[in-house]
Amino acid sequence: MALVDIVAHIPPARIAQDNAFFRTARQPSAVVGVLLLGFVVAMALLANQIFPGDPLDFVGQPFQRPGEDPSFPLGTDMLGRDLASGIFHGARISLLIGAVATAMSLVIGVGVGAFAGYYGGKIDASLMRLTEFFQTIPPFLFALTIVAILQPSIATIVGAIGVTAWPSLARLVRAEFLKLRHGDMVQAEIALGASDMRIIFRHLLPNTLAPIIVSASVMVATAILTESSLAFLGLGDPNVVSWGGMVGAGREVLRSDWYIATLPGVAIVVAVLALNLLGDGLNDAVDPKQERR
Amino acid sequence: MIPVSVRFFGRRALQLVIVVLGIAITNFFLLRLAPGDAAQVLAGEAGSATPEYLAALRKQFGLDQPLPVQFALYLRNLLSLNLGFSFRQGLPVLELIAQRLPATLLLMGTSITFALLVGSAMGVAAARRAGRATDTVISSIALLFYATPVFWTGIMLIVVFSVWLDWLPVGGMTSIERGYTGLAYLKDVAAHLVIPATTLGLFFLAVYTRLMRAAMIDVQQQDFVRTAVAKGLRPGRIAYRHVVRNALLPVLTMLGVQVGAVLGGAVLVETVFSWPGLGRLAFEALFQRDLNLLLGILLCSSVVVVLANAAIDFLYTVLDPRIELS
Repeated sequence: MALVDIVAHIPPARIAQDNAFFRTARQPSAVVGVLLLGFVVAMALLANQIFPGDPLDFVGQPFQRPGEDPSFPLGTDMLGRDLASGIFHGARISLLIGAVATAMSLVIGVGVGAFAGYYGGKIDASLMRLTEFFQTIPPFLFALTIVAILQPSIATIVGAIGVTAWPSLARLVRAEFLKLRHGDMVQAEIALGASDMRIIFRHLLPNTLAPIIVSASVMVATAILTESSLAFLGLGDPNVVSWGGMVGAGREVLRSDWYIATLPGVAIVVAVLALNLLGDGLNDAVDPKQERR
Repeated sequence: MIPVSVRFFGRRALQLVIVVLGIAITNFFLLRLAPGDAAQVLAGEAGSATPEYLAALRKQFGLDQPLPVQFALYLRNLLSLNLGFSFRQGLPVLELIAQRLPATLLLMGTSITFALLVGSAMGVAAARRAGRATDTVISSIALLFYATPVFWTGIMLIVVFSVWLDWLPVGGMTSIERGYTGLAYLKDVAAHLVIPATTLGLFFLAVYTRLMRAAMIDVQQQDFVRTAVAKGLRPGRIAYRHVVRNALLPVLTMLGVQVGAVLGGAVLVETVFSWPGLGRLAFEALFQRDLNLLLGILLCSSVVVVLANAAIDFLYTVLDPRIELS
């Protein structure tokens, strides 16, 4: 059977469905990831409806175990704060910081990588020096120092994570740009008289979008881990509830009431796992030939 | 011609200089962004330093001089290995760091070795049964550990192994009150090391499992492996003699990339387990707002990362004689 005949036998619907979206939807890890992420996003969106009021308020008797009192399904902590309310509201902060910090890293990382890869030569050399420098400083220690000096607030935490998380993305974008830079497409654009900016933003960037999206989902996961770690060390914004901060507080009463530190940690694991699974699934869908790494 | 090793050390020395300079610049400007007078920041929490000490600090750092002069003075202090004095701890910053570094290196070394050995073994097992149930189970476990924050893993291990089972000690590095010496001392430190090292190792385990699995599958498809199969070698021998050795190279590269991340994880693990290392020192500095000490720790950790990467480059040449130091 010739190839044409085979194609002719595939129902039209199948061909229509062979785009990145449907390939992603067929990856089991992506499906689990999307479901878990949807759950976390729903917690963030419904936090104010289900648990109105400040989650930092003392609302009940302290040290109530999960299930002890129906009005506090996950129990209360040592100050009588509702754990379930804290976990729901914490989802907002984690997702917010994760998303904004990643957006910031994307701007820096894509910018540095694109210019280094497109212009090459001295620009490339100096930008890569800068990237190497940022890769040498331990990222978490760097973020911790920045937040400690500038005082913890949502803005400084986002800034510290954004500034320290971009180097690997810059390397990735640079490598993709180098692959396309001397190809026919760019040569044709130059011959047509397109400006550098037009080539970079209209032609090269859209062609490197797939790996950027894959890294972005993993970067949000890492940002959430970093944020919770900072909050655990006491570097969270004091005015908002954070999963990491809840674990840090619960640690003080670990020997008697272990559930206070345990429950918010489960929320962190679910959120990070969801984003990592989504990243894996997207990666396999975008590049089916490549073996999963 | 300049010998290869001289060029190698020259390049690494240059990299070290660039990193130290870069961090000096970063630190210098971060200190100026901090709320309050830089002298107050350098001295620790406001009110803890005597007025004489503050005046001496202002003079030493030339805080009344223009910015470029201030920076030159800052650099001069740095190059003469003067990282300042920790008023809070009552010791020079460099001395404090030197005291705490060995404990951190012990913790990092043990957990990386654990992650590398167990992770690689899991990766090899998964690759040999790629696509089957074993592979799925191993890959899922790896992914789960990779999503778990190290501080929470530590807390959960404390609950299980110390609170419920009461098997292992989970605070500090030694049982000081027992006054052990010699072999008993080493055994005591080892017992204290088990849970912290496992905590830190479990997170990085996932990285090596996934990397080793991918590298094994990659190498398995190469010609020399087919030749080995054609010769009639046993599968186990092919896997360990031919495939694993070649698959180790990307794992080693990853080791270099991760040194900084492991150091960051050590801060959390040392805080959870009161391990008396650099990370615990960073937490103390944070808690007491001893920012100058914190900046010193940042500088020294970056130097550790550069040196560790130089060591890994050297290891490369041992594993694969075709690679030369450059």
